[in-house]
Amino acid sequence: MLRYVVLIAAFAMLIGIFALGLKRDPRELPSVLIDKPAPEYELPTVKDPTVTVGSDDYAGQMVLVNIWATWCVGCRQEHEYLMELAARNEIPLYAINWRDQRQQAIEWLERLGDPYVASAYDEDGRVGIDWGVYGAPETFLVSADGNVLYKHIGPMDETVWQREFVPRIAQQGAPQ
Amino acid sequence: MKRIVILLSAFFVVSGVHAIDTGEAFDDPVMQARYEELIAEVRCLVCQNQNIKDSNVFLAADLRREIRRMMSEGMSDAEIADFLVARYGDFVLYNPRKSGSTLFLWLAPALLLVAGALVLARVVSKRTSMPIDDDALEN
Repeated sequence: MLRYVVLIAAFAMLIGIFALGLKRDPRELPSVLIDKPAPEYELPTVKDPTVTVGSDDYAGQMVLVNIWATWCVGCRQEHEYLMELAARNEIPLYAINWRDQRQQAIEWLERLGDPYVASAYDEDGRVGIDWGVYGAPETFLVSADGNVLYKHIGPMDETVWQREFVPRIAQQGAPQ
Repeated sequence: MKRIVILLSAFFVVSGVHAIDTGEAFDDPVMQARYEELIAEVRCLVCQNQNIKDSNVFLAADLRREIRRMMSEGMSDAEIADFLVARYGDFVLYNPRKSGSTLFLWLAPALLLVAGALVLARVVSKRTSMPIDDDALEN
């Protein structure tokens, strides 16, 4: 009798593991940068190659760093929401334009609006590698002391914002 | 007959193979061999079941370029692996390192073998302690 109970329990456990595996997206890899210092960089901006933007510009501030490109469908999808988020003035939005064409990126920002304080132009993807980027859009939450608190892979929306970002921002704001 | 020969020979016509790695090769063949070995061990994170040697996605090209740069700067294979793992995690290496969270992965076969041996030993000892039924043997 006991033997059957053990067998059935083992089988149920296996099914459980498979069920969990089925639901998880193998493409979503956890960032190894969580709770580690965000990579430092300085790059020319998308709009003006003579002006640079980088991690120094938001030192001491909690910010979002959004990785985007004009070839990225998810970025087009989330753009409207980013505009809305920027209008709410809750947190500054910085961006790294990843592996894109400068002219197309400028046209995109003119046509759809520019939610960013500034977009860095990462033409050869060197800075993207430091951030461990492998698919745009990706959105990082960087704390005032320069650590990566969270990384969201895929388009941003209000649900993601409320579920993943708001609690983490609130936690940072609370006095220690 | 002639038609069949032509038809069959069509199977042997191979379209021009496009080079995936368009980067400049190392002058030193030893370095080039090391480079090719390295890029075969790095997973392309966009197309997860390919290594960056076989993938023509731009991220793979970027990583090949960075590996080539690090090699020409004299970095060792271990240092290059550290660079990649620090950015993309253990998943990026096809041959995960034997430390930290991947240790369990490496030890699992040995643990399973020991567990199997224990179960087997128990079953065998139980069977040998059973009385032999002589009547059953005679039938």
